[in-house]
Amino acid sequence: MLKTFPRGGVHPPENKLTAGCPIEVLPLPQSVTIPITQHLGATPVITVNKGDKVLAGQLIARAGGYISANVHSSVSGTISKIDVITDISGYKQTCIFIDVSGDEWVGDIDRNPDIIKEIRHTPEEIIQKCLDAGIVGMGGATFPAHVKLKIPAGKKCNLLIINGVECEPYLTSDHRLMLEKGEEVITGARIMMKALGVTRAIIGIENNKPDAIEHLGSLLNGQEDIIIQPLKVKYPQGGEKQLIKALTGREVPPGGLPIDVGVIVHNAGTAFAVYEAVQKNKPLFERVVTVTGNSLKKPGNFLVRIGTPVVKLIEAAGGLPENTGKIISGGPMMGKALSNTQIPVVKGTSGIVVFSEKESARIPYGPCIRCSKCVSVCPMGLEPYLLMALSEKELYERIRNERVTDCMECGSCSFVCPAHRPLLDYIRLGKSTVIKMMREKSMK
Amino acid sequence: MSHTILITVVVLGSVGLTASIILYFVSQKFKVYEDPRIDIIQEALPGANCGGCGFTGCRNFAEALVKAENLDGLYCPVGGATVMANVANILGKEVVAAEPLVAVVRCQGSPEYRPRTSVYDGAKDCRIAHNLYGGETDCHYGCLGFGDCVRACKFDAIYMDEKTQLPVIIDDKCVACGACVKACPRNIIELRKKAKKDRKIFVSCVNCDKGGTARKACKVACIGCNKCFNVCEFGAITIKNNLAYIDSFKCTFCRKCVTECPTNAIIELNFPPRKIKAEAAQEPSKEQ
Repeated sequence: MLKTFPRGGVHPPENKLTAGCPIEVLPLPQSVTIPITQHLGATPVITVNKGDKVLAGQLIARAGGYISANVHSSVSGTISKIDVITDISGYKQTCIFIDVSGDEWVGDIDRNPDIIKEIRHTPEEIIQKCLDAGIVGMGGATFPAHVKLKIPAGKKCNLLIINGVECEPYLTSDHRLMLEKGEEVITGARIMMKALGVTRAIIGIENNKPDAIEHLGSLLNGQEDIIIQPLKVKYPQGGEKQLIKALTGREVPPGGLPIDVGVIVHNAGTAFAVYEAVQKNKPLFERVVTVTGNSLKKPGNFLVRIGTPVVKLIEAAGGLPENTGKIISGGPMMGKALSNTQIPVVKGTSGIVVFSEKESARIPYGPCIRCSKCVSVCPMGLEPYLLMALSEKELYERIRNERVTDCMECGSCSFVCPAHRPLLDYIRLGKSTVIKMMREKSMK
Repeated sequence: MSHTILITVVVLGSVGLTASIILYFVSQKFKVYEDPRIDIIQEALPGANCGGCGFTGCRNFAEALVKAENLDGLYCPVGGATVMANVANILGKEVVAAEPLVAVVRCQGSPEYRPRTSVYDGAKDCRIAHNLYGGETDCHYGCLGFGDCVRACKFDAIYMDEKTQLPVIIDDKCVACGACVKACPRNIIELRKKAKKDRKIFVSCVNCDKGGTARKACKVACIGCNKCFNVCEFGAITIKNNLAYIDSFKCTFCRKCVTECPTNAIIELNFPPRKIKAEAAQEPSKEQ
């Protein structure tokens, strides 16, 4: 019996079309558009001007606070302008536009492919290097990684979990990374263990990636500081709280953080980025992106520079099919639809999923039939039908008491609803209103 | 037989009597005194329970009116001056005059002026769309067009114009309760002073982007060019965040700003057609 989290969850069709496609390096685009906010937290401060020449890996925006991240140029070239674009949320965001010329990297980046396993740095140096390299959570939440490598005063951590679950359907970027850069991921995990001062780590991988489990297992070669734990395939196992529950049986209290139960969770992609930052001095300016969809001619996994427009990725995957209905950035369960294809790849873009009109059609929704399917699949033990009704009726005080802020927006309820009700849309509305209310209250 | 009936009547009668005596004393003991004027005032109010006064319903408002020492800040927008005079009369207090207001929609972003750049197929609810993303056009301040204001209006005073996909307010029906103002997640609807013959002059735009960006997204956007501000002799216009605003209490309806606006973001409504050309041509020559 494989481990998994006990409460709720769904099993959408996996559709891991690109699991067998090796990571390809995407040719450099002619120009890149780098948004300065690619993470959760404060807006960074731009440190370059229009017309400046930059090298790949050069700092172009400095973190604007403790919970913030540096942004580096992903190419070498000239800054053509600093302007706003309509980003994925449809709102305007400041971006740095760079015209590419050549591919010159900053001098101290080690471009030698040899793997350096020996960790010479002290924990403080590791954290500082992650901060300098602008590393954020690569799973999609984009929380600055250096914050999660420092244990807050009064808390204790005894376990690091590396999240290699990739529970979203279609996506395979972490899977390929673990297969092709397994040694680096494991070294990255060891670096983070050193920074956190823990002696144990678990890499959780869902059982639909047997090759990755076997590969990482063989690399460990009997060493017991890191355990590879296969998990039963179930969405949303990649959620921090679900993964902790599945692997350790510990339950993070509502409103709490993993550190409250002595655990820190990092993504496998983050482990790789930490390896590159610490051992190779390479800032985070490229990432693996899965470009997939049943209608695409040549879906695959690509190593992409941050700031490359999505249209270039789709071209590399065989061009945009004619009957495209929706392009989603991220996984199909939690990702966001793109409003145009000029939107750049950012640090948190784990995949681009192209859906045909037929696949993406929204079915008109009917009334709730009280089947309580949403209640049984909610991994947080909430009552989505009730939350939706309360949000619709604007009863925000009550929806707060129903713990709407625990919702992690996994979308299992909307996925399973037989009446196709937009449960998550309304819950998200209620949640953001409640958070706004709470913030206003605490301000007073 | 008659014996049985008698027993029944006596037993039931005595139970009823005892219960009524108990109930009488209980009701005396727990009696709540309520000002009889509350009922009278509630009768005098329109009874729409729209919440425009800021209270949860007419009853609640009536209670507040009776309790209040003076009528400052208490006003029923639906009933207007007549109802408030009536209420003041009942309570024997001074009426506080309030200007009648009317709601206006500050967006002209019809598909003709503001091209759609993406398609939204989520739940048709302005609040959700606003929460999720910037909207179907490049203007992320303007009307989303899913009709939350129409649903919020209890007086059937708003409808969606199919051609422009914007809400239209019927001045005669609007009672300025403010429900639509609260419902609109983008604060597009505003309550303005109701002028003679429903005349209106206002900046029909809420876009705070810089001129170029705003203009690119919508042909009739306010670009914050300051022209109206410079032409206004009455200090009614302020410019903040690249957006002009006309104070309806200071505006004298001279209409100079309307002709000055290069993007037609300032609109005039319900005015007689003007003898524009001749006057407009003369004015600049005088200045020179």
